[in-house]
Amino acid sequence: MKTLDIGGVSVPAELVKSSWADPWLDIDDYDAESDLMALNMGPQHPSTHGVLRVKLFVDGEICVKCVPYLGYLHRGVEKLCEKLTYVQIPSVVDKNDYVSPMMNELAVCMAFEKLCEIEVPERAQVIRTVVAELQRLASHLLWVGTWGLDMGGAIGGGGTLFLHTFRERELVLDLFEDLTGGRFHYNHHTPGGQRHDLPAGWEASVKQVLTFIEGRLPEYEDMTDNRIFFARTKGVGVIDPVLLMELGVSGPVARASGIDHDLRRDAPYCVYDRVDLRVPVETGGDCYARFLVRMAEMRESIRLVRLLIDSIPPGPVVGAKMVKLPGAVKFKQKEWGSAYSAIESPRGELGTFVIGEPKKASPWRCKIRPPSYHLVSLLPYICPGEMISDIVVILGSLDPILGEVDR
Amino acid sequence: MSFALSLLTGVVLGSLAMFVAAWSIWWERKFAARLQSRPGPTEVGPIGLLQPLADGLKLMQKEIIIPRAADKLLFVISPAVAAAGTLALFAVIPWSETVGVAGDLNIGLLWIFAVGALLVLPQWVAGWASNNKYALLGAMRSAAQSVSYEVPLLLSGMVPILLAGSFQMDEIVAAQQGGRWFAFWPPGPGALAFGLFYLCSLAEANRIPFDIPEAESELIGGVTTEHTGMIGVVLQLAEYLHTLVTAAVCATLFFGGWEGPGAWFGMEGFLAEGLHWMVLKTLVLFALVFWIRWSWMRYRSDQLLKICWHYLIPASLALLAVTAIWVRLVEGA
Repeated sequence: MKTLDIGGVSVPAELVKSSWADPWLDIDDYDAESDLMALNMGPQHPSTHGVLRVKLFVDGEICVKCVPYLGYLHRGVEKLCEKLTYVQIPSVVDKNDYVSPMMNELAVCMAFEKLCEIEVPERAQVIRTVVAELQRLASHLLWVGTWGLDMGGAIGGGGTLFLHTFRERELVLDLFEDLTGGRFHYNHHTPGGQRHDLPAGWEASVKQVLTFIEGRLPEYEDMTDNRIFFARTKGVGVIDPVLLMELGVSGPVARASGIDHDLRRDAPYCVYDRVDLRVPVETGGDCYARFLVRMAEMRESIRLVRLLIDSIPPGPVVGAKMVKLPGAVKFKQKEWGSAYSAIESPRGELGTFVIGEPKKASPWRCKIRPPSYHLVSLLPYICPGEMISDIVVILGSLDPILGEVDR
Repeated sequence: MSFALSLLTGVVLGSLAMFVAAWSIWWERKFAARLQSRPGPTEVGPIGLLQPLADGLKLMQKEIIIPRAADKLLFVISPAVAAAGTLALFAVIPWSETVGVAGDLNIGLLWIFAVGALLVLPQWVAGWASNNKYALLGAMRSAAQSVSYEVPLLLSGMVPILLAGSFQMDEIVAAQQGGRWFAFWPPGPGALAFGLFYLCSLAEANRIPFDIPEAESELIGGVTTEHTGMIGVVLQLAEYLHTLVTAAVCATLFFGGWEGPGAWFGMEGFLAEGLHWMVLKTLVLFALVFWIRWSWMRYRSDQLLKICWHYLIPASLALLAVTAIWVRLVEGA
């Protein structure tokens, strides 16, 4: 297959387009008689995956211009981070990407550890990797199901797919409940390690669950292996990899467009440098390619957890300096300092930039770079020219989580 | 006297149809639940049998919200028209040799096509009168879909007419006596005609994979978006009734109506014929709709129309020609 070299990244040549839709299209110039219908999709709409509001200018059913409006789920998390101590923050950022809370905690904790120079014990590192991969599995399972809802409706075939994936996701949540006591907002990571050690027998139940889920994955493929699913996904919503790079999109969406980029392999954190990670890359660029990438990632996550679960070293799960009281972790330097660290969340690069104030227990600034924000910014470029039905499918295939977009 | 009798039968059958349609919601929920590996309704009554009653009671208490900008009259009467029109379809179904309202109407099948084609009107009016953009889009989709699918529906419905040589529903059944059910005989065209007819009926009744007029993940509720409380229920019930009558029509046209498989082997009595066979066939074909509905996703509206104009219409035309030749040459009519 022909590839192009764009800024040192090789991308499939056939996906690169000469131009993109104009997101700043002046609708009055385009349509002086105002024949277009402005359709507000959301903030309360079954398929906007949260409270995204997309204003569509539609000509019949064809979208001409698409404007996403954000902020319906803004909770001021970043400002809150400036008032809370380093130890308190992980429990707040749980609610950002509410589909993968473990990832949010991990992202901020890694930045704080880098800033305050906290050592993380070996055992905690391995556990972090394991729960991160389990979380990726749960997040992708939720995505497959809800995307099915977008295409098949809650009362219909989509609902069937949805309930099957949720049954399996439930098992992962049960594992996390055993581990942390919470099913959704775990408050598990803390700067310097974990709050909870593994309960007895956890490894065995993890392996059991993995075997079960692995057996179920072909079922989803069977459920989606039909004409209608292909008609709705193949060739729909093809995204140009150059556009993805311009907008800073990463994760499965970028990998489905042929960009071979994964932070777990390219900038390893935790113990990812010790495992041989196989990054699935597709070159279709359409909704179906994104489906394939995520299905492959689920299998890869299962493989990684299997590799690591038996070799969790003994020892403490938190560093020696770590106490659970707020304020115990301080940025000790006399000068101002900053740190950035990024992880590969199920949606792409989840980064945290933190500025530490000398001798203070809370950061001066904590900026979170959510991957979903960049996914939503794609919409004005890819929606024009598509039908309303396809926009729903494309939006679903990007998998943005609005809690993380608005913070 | 005979008019009074017909009226009485009509009232009884119509109420029964409403009853079955309401209870079919329980059935559908149970069916879907098994498909999705969950138990479904269990609480109200034994195995949740009284669930439709509880649902109905709840829905009756719901406020009927009429949008200020809606066309009030059309908004309120369109569900009633939809339900009434669908019930009118039941009139010409012969449930058995003796049970039925107007099974001997000499234009029975034409009545079904004509009234069935009219049913797009209340749907469209319901969407238009809501004064809601999503409802409007749903209404437009509904009109486009119904008008397109009416063509192959009619053409494939012509196949049993050709074979039976009559539009009269009970004569069509009589022509299938002795196991010559049109779904199996003549081999090929009959089965294909059934497939086409069934597929188009799904589209007419707005069922998945052709339920784009009310695609709730795209259009929220489509034409039913603004309909709340009982008027919304009536609109939904009309759809269920439409599916039910579709199943009954298929059973009549292609599966020998009230004739049971016992007749194939020369048996007599309840194994050979009776009301129960017609009801059973109708319910099985009805359940097939659920099976399709809960297994597949839906098409996009342009793909839907493409299927109709590119494949179904040529196929049904060819089928009609083949059947005509068959009737001329083999049966020598």
